[in-house]
Amino acid sequence: MTEDMSRYPLRLEGDDVPMVRFRNVTKRYGPLVVLNQLDLDVSTGEMVTIIGPSGSGKTTVLRMLMTLETIDSGVIYVDGEPLTHMERNGQLLPASSKHIRRIRSKIGMCFQHFNLFPHMTALGNCMEGLVQVLGLSRREAEERSMELLDMVGLAEKRDEHPSRLSGGQQQRVAIARALAMRPKVMLFDEVTSALDPEVISEVTNVIRRLVGAHDLTMLMVTHQMGFAKEISDRVCFFFNGAVEEQGTPAKLFENPERERTRQFLNAVLDAN
Amino acid sequence: MIEWRWHLVWELAPRFVDAAGKTLLAAGGGYSIAVVLGLVLVLAQRTRFRPLTFAVREFVELIRSTPLLLQVFFVFYVGPQFGLVLSPWTAGLIAIGLHYGAYLSEVYRGGIESVPAGQWEAAKALNLSVVRTYRRIVIPQALPPAISGMGNYLVGIFKDTPMLSVIGVTELMHTATAVGAESYRYLEPYTMVGAIFLAISLPAAYLISRFEKWVRRTLGMVK
Ligand SMILES: Nc1ncnc2c1ncn2[C@@H]1O[C@H](COP(=O)(O)OP(=O)(O)OP(=O)(O)O)[C@@H](O)[C@H]1O
Ligand SMILES: [Mg+2]
Repeated sequence: MTEDMSRYPLRLEGDDVPMVRFRNVTKRYGPLVVLNQLDLDVSTGEMVTIIGPSGSGKTTVLRMLMTLETIDSGVIYVDGEPLTHMERNGQLLPASSKHIRRIRSKIGMCFQHFNLFPHMTALGNCMEGLVQVLGLSRREAEERSMELLDMVGLAEKRDEHPSRLSGGQQQRVAIARALAMRPKVMLFDEVTSALDPEVISEVTNVIRRLVGAHDLTMLMVTHQMGFAKEISDRVCFFFNGAVEEQGTPAKLFENPERERTRQFLNAVLDAN
Repeated sequence: MIEWRWHLVWELAPRFVDAAGKTLLAAGGGYSIAVVLGLVLVLAQRTRFRPLTFAVREFVELIRSTPLLLQVFFVFYVGPQFGLVLSPWTAGLIAIGLHYGAYLSEVYRGGIESVPAGQWEAAKALNLSVVRTYRRIVIPQALPPAISGMGNYLVGIFKDTPMLSVIGVTELMHTATAVGAESYRYLEPYTMVGAIFLAISLPAAYLISRFEKWVRRTLGMVK
């Protein structure tokens, strides 16, 4: 069963091209449909938060955008160009790994469990992609990495290995590592879920600063409703692999239209 | 009761030193082949090309399910019937290299599988190439857990070198047997072989465990 790709544009053009566009994206694991014909746009510089019940496909959205998973149908565009596909002779074909690597360089991701490289120092973690992927000299890479470690408040931990850092510190190094690559889109998947409550604010403060200071497009999955409400331009409520409802935080949290959104928000508020 | 003759020991010493050198050469040569072959096998197994992964898996299974001695005979005696005439040394190194290469590929596989999926994902998110992901991220983390297995097989290959005596490699065992045939003395030559093996195996095991700790420390992986 191959999809007719001719209904998707080869690239997005015009005044209002979104930084990220999911069109009709479906993802299955065997018989389980995890994302069901998802449509989702994120504008340049926008901070979009995804909330929703466990198993609704929030992580999967980010993983597909990071190209850690392939999609079964539909197209994802990044910065106007297809990510999952590429243009050949006026047609969209599945992307080659070379094409994927080129588009992927625009995206960075932070994970729930940090995933720092344990055999490298904080500085080494930040420098790795700069030296090995972008081909910067060690001096340039160190300079850029130190700027970012400084930004996340960890300049003095530069020579520590991850095993000697607290969870909050590790996650801040992970954010610095991803930002050092200068992505246009940053993905955050429950970056505070594995942290002790008293260090969560170390990490959320860093993300707050990104919203203020950078022309960075961000897509964040979180269970922290207060943080989502405060920081987001838009909140998407996911249910069964699709966007059930979305809007400004004020509208979605104060005035949800859909019954499922209300139920979810009530359940979350009860739990807190 | 047969008495121990020291003068025989002194007389035989130069021959045994020479033979010990050849044993170490056989072990070292076979191990070098095995280390590289094991890596080739494990990387072949990790490509998702089905015929290749199938062939490699069957090969490893075959090697692990048959005795080394048979493999040595096979390479040395069956090879020539297919036009592959090899010297005892070459045949011996190939056989032992194949044998231990299969075992080492399993050690490597265990090491690689011990690296969490999140490490691969982080490498991908940084856009590292596959080659760099292996070289910079996966192998450094797969190595420490693999070292003790690699060390065991290094000692194992050393202890298995006597198998090569049966095809005429003049290592320690071969030398002791030759001495026995010439002089009808067995006590001293075989005792000397045992002593030499002990004198090498015991420190080697100790050095390997030191090396493992050193690697972990160097990679900053001590908890
Ligand atoms: N590799 C996989 N194989 C099979 N099923 C998977 C796989 N990854 C995810 N799933 C399933 O896909 C569904 C969506 O998973 P996903 O991780 O996107 O949910 P989520 O919304 O992030 O949930 P949570 O809030 O618990 O993190 C779940 O039912 C999950 O079990
Ligand atoms: Mg999730």
